[in-house]
Amino acid sequence: MKLDIGTLQVGAILPPLQLPAINRTTLALYAGASGDHNPVHIDIDFAQQAGMPDVFAHGMLSMAYLGRLLTNWVPQNQIRTFSARFVGITNLGDRLQCQGRVVEFLEHRGEPVVKIEMQCLNQDGATKVLGQALVGNTSTNSNHSNNFNLFCGPDI
Amino acid sequence: MINKNFIGTTFAPHTVTVEAGRLQFFLKAIGETGAIYTDRQASLNAGYDNIPVPPTFLFCLELEKPDPFAHLTEIGVDIARVLHGEMAFEYYLPVSVGDTLTFIASITDIYQKKGGALDFIVIENRVSNQNNEHVADLKSTVIQRNDNP
Repeated sequence: MKLDIGTLQVGAILPPLQLPAINRTTLALYAGASGDHNPVHIDIDFAQQAGMPDVFAHGMLSMAYLGRLLTNWVPQNQIRTFSARFVGITNLGDRLQCQGRVVEFLEHRGEPVVKIEMQCLNQDGATKVLGQALVGNTSTNSNHSNNFNLFCGPDI
Repeated sequence: MINKNFIGTTFAPHTVTVEAGRLQFFLKAIGETGAIYTDRQASLNAGYDNIPVPPTFLFCLELEKPDPFAHLTEIGVDIARVLHGEMAFEYYLPVSVGDTLTFIASITDIYQKKGGALDFIVIENRVSNQNNEHVADLKSTVIQRNDNP
């Protein structure tokens, strides 16, 4: 279902997304499925040789969770940009929560969009990832099919 | 310290097809169960050509090559000492199962912070599909920790 950004107000909160605790299986599955096989995330011996106490989560796993926060709320094809800054290491046992809110209305490439700020926190409230997204009012596949219907509607 | 002369380096294009099984494995790994990602008919009803890739999956497709960290190791980065600093996507067209994408990567910046204790390497990827349409841009900032700057 399309999200009409005109109905939003600055300060509106996205439904939060609570994740289960990160464990070694989470990281093994994410490593295999994502193609990021850096052993620092899956091999404790390698991680310790690199000076870390243990393996730790891929930043992109947390960004994927922020992506779920977004797409639970808005159809994916209305998302124009999506960025993340990885500000803290996510450790085994961390239970992440993703939060987001509407912060601003602005223009992006000549189109009205709404800016969403997001964060990924652990159970102690420590920020691990800061995210941002711009959301437009039309779908990016509209120039294929939806607009066509618009322009070839009953008026023509 | 990573040599700044590598700024502007462009790598050979990398072409990859979005496979249904690989995508389902990724969706399982991130816990995504939404209808448009798991039910092809729901994807079609939502205006996609097939099951779409979720917002961060383009980064994974970029890694789908024999040595995914070659861009970094070729310029002297030690992957045991790297952290992902930032990641940004800009989307122009949807990408779904069956699409064949070409990634063209280039190093757009290299800089140091904390007196050389940290190297920052910025890699950008331009992504186009089988119809030569520009579907997305990716920008990744990788940080290397140096003990002896």
